[in-house]
Amino acid sequence: MTTLIYDGTFEGLLTAVFEIYAHKLGAVKLHQGEVINGALFDEKLQVVTDEARANRVLKALKLKISSIGVQRLYAAHLGEIPGEDNNLLGFIRYAIDSDQNIEEDYGNKYVMRVSQVVRMMRREKHRMEAFIRFQKLQDGCFYAGIEPDFNVLPLLIRHFKSRYADQKWMIYDLRRKYGIYYDLHDTQFINLDFSGGGRQADVIAAYTEDEGMYQHLWKNYFNSVNIASRKNTKLHVRHIPKRYWKHLTEKI
Amino acid sequence: MDAERITEKFNILADAAKYDVSCASSGSKRKNENKGLGNASNGICHSYTEDGRCVSLLKILLTNHCIFDCAYCVSRKSNDIQRAAFTVQEVVDLTINFYRRNYIEGLFLSSGIFKDADFTMERLVRVAKKLRLEHNFHGYIHLKSIPGASDELMNEAGLYADRLSVNLEMPTEAGLKLLAPDKSHQDMIKPMGYLKNAIIQHAEEKKLFKKAPMFAPAGQSTQVIIGATPEDDNQILHSANYFYKNFKLRRVYYSGYVPVLEDSRLPALNTSVPMVRENRLYQADWLMRNYGFHVSEIVNTSQPHLDLDIDPKLSWAIRNMQEFPVDVNKADLKMILRVPGIGVLSAQKIVSARKFGRLNWEQLKKIGVSVNRAKYFITCNSMEFERRDLTGNAIKQFILATSHSKYIKNVHTQLNLF
Repeated sequence: MTTLIYDGTFEGLLTAVFEIYAHKLGAVKLHQGEVINGALFDEKLQVVTDEARANRVLKALKLKISSIGVQRLYAAHLGEIPGEDNNLLGFIRYAIDSDQNIEEDYGNKYVMRVSQVVRMMRREKHRMEAFIRFQKLQDGCFYAGIEPDFNVLPLLIRHFKSRYADQKWMIYDLRRKYGIYYDLHDTQFINLDFSGGGRQADVIAAYTEDEGMYQHLWKNYFNSVNIASRKNTKLHVRHIPKRYWKHLTEKI
Repeated sequence: MDAERITEKFNILADAAKYDVSCASSGSKRKNENKGLGNASNGICHSYTEDGRCVSLLKILLTNHCIFDCAYCVSRKSNDIQRAAFTVQEVVDLTINFYRRNYIEGLFLSSGIFKDADFTMERLVRVAKKLRLEHNFHGYIHLKSIPGASDELMNEAGLYADRLSVNLEMPTEAGLKLLAPDKSHQDMIKPMGYLKNAIIQHAEEKKLFKKAPMFAPAGQSTQVIIGATPEDDNQILHSANYFYKNFKLRRVYYSGYVPVLEDSRLPALNTSVPMVRENRLYQADWLMRNYGFHVSEIVNTSQPHLDLDIDPKLSWAIRNMQEFPVDVNKADLKMILRVPGIGVLSAQKIVSARKFGRLNWEQLKKIGVSVNRAKYFITCNSMEFERRDLTGNAIKQFILATSHSKYIKNVHTQLNLF
């Protein structure tokens, strides 16, 4: 068993694949970050991320699976779910080693797992598309703070850009501390300095005049469409898990 | 806008609209054009009420003034409640402002009938038109077609709305006569027939000319109230099937009757909402639309009611044990779809995956098959399989013993409804 130490990026992962074939390695394990000392691992290999090598692997991969398949892999990687990189690696090796396209071989554990991870990502992305609540600020910008389970912000750009083409908006991932901003023409990634503290209060202080009224109306609406005689709390919480509540206008 | 007055009206008119169960915002393909606001393609549920239903559209009535006196409806003429009405502009402002904050996918506008059908329909159409033309709004719009409205208005509605619906209310004409003496079955069917033809015609044109206008791209739907009149599931599902086949409806919604009014023609006020039955009807509906079942395989005159304790697919399987066991590594997709415990996605995965090698129990489980159910009906690449020659009834008992229906506590009260 060889442990490959890489930087956790997608290019790094592809470079690791390159090293595996270059060194003809058998069983391997990925490890992200710093070199670990000690006799914990019998063999270690430091992977230095290299764009040219990563591209060669990508090219080889594209010969074996569809471009949608490559995109799915990338989406699964974006999730940054601990330990999943080993499954992605397993998938890539299986794809490269096979003569035929293995994307639909759900009997294979790597293929099945990647399909599950992609589903988790898609679900979280979809949840964000549903649960984001914009608040209109005085400068006309619509702001929303989110804390998704996985890093899905980059996957949200297309949806929000094609939907809210005529308003400025900003979605900020409070956990990963970066956001996207749309200025009526393009989107860009941004970092905000919230060191002043009390950020929710700052947001409220910046509301437009009618923001409070629409929030109030929305809360009212949410309560009045409920049919009390059909109450089903279990179902309610399954659809909107409690961890999302603090950013949902109607649940605050 | 006067916030207080708006809030008051809003509460009255949202409350009255909630008994319309449709909330679908999918099935359309409206794109954002000219840097406008919104699009409508695959539906999103933006929130969920405490009763677990999705909130996707701003569902409101234009007014709850109504000249009709339908027994099951809160807005009926003889009911002594607060009445209110929105102006066209108020509905437009609410929709736009909710949409911009990502609260909703669009608008579901319905109305009580004031004055007459055309007068009411004209107002509904005006809201949609204003949103589309003046506000460059491309979000989802669902309009109620008012029975008896003219073809011209229905045509205009189709040009601005994504979906149109007429509520049939009662599954049969006799039921409607009993509870809604002012409404005529014929009046309800007429706009449906007109829209069906118009939708087909516009779709043809769209194929030829890319620039041809869209016409109700998300089609038509309808709703029937169940449990208010004594129709059995056989009648309900056959009537749903009739409308799917003859009017090309996208969906039929089943709304368990919520007792809101005291009336000798209706179940008493303390009757519980028939939620299990409603759930079973939806399951049966899914089998008809997505699993290739014919309606008479699910219910027929010798089997007029759906089982309340097991789902209709399992129920069909144990009545047709001669069809099983199915070898998942060989059977065609159509048959795999009929196995209890295998859904559409799993069935497709099985068919794709078996090209690479024969599947065993472990793999089926990973693919998402509910092996606990399916094991009585399938064989796979394993020496282990159900060898006992079990009767359908025995299987039902085994499955019931190992699963806990979320509804089981309700079943008792359900059984003696009539």
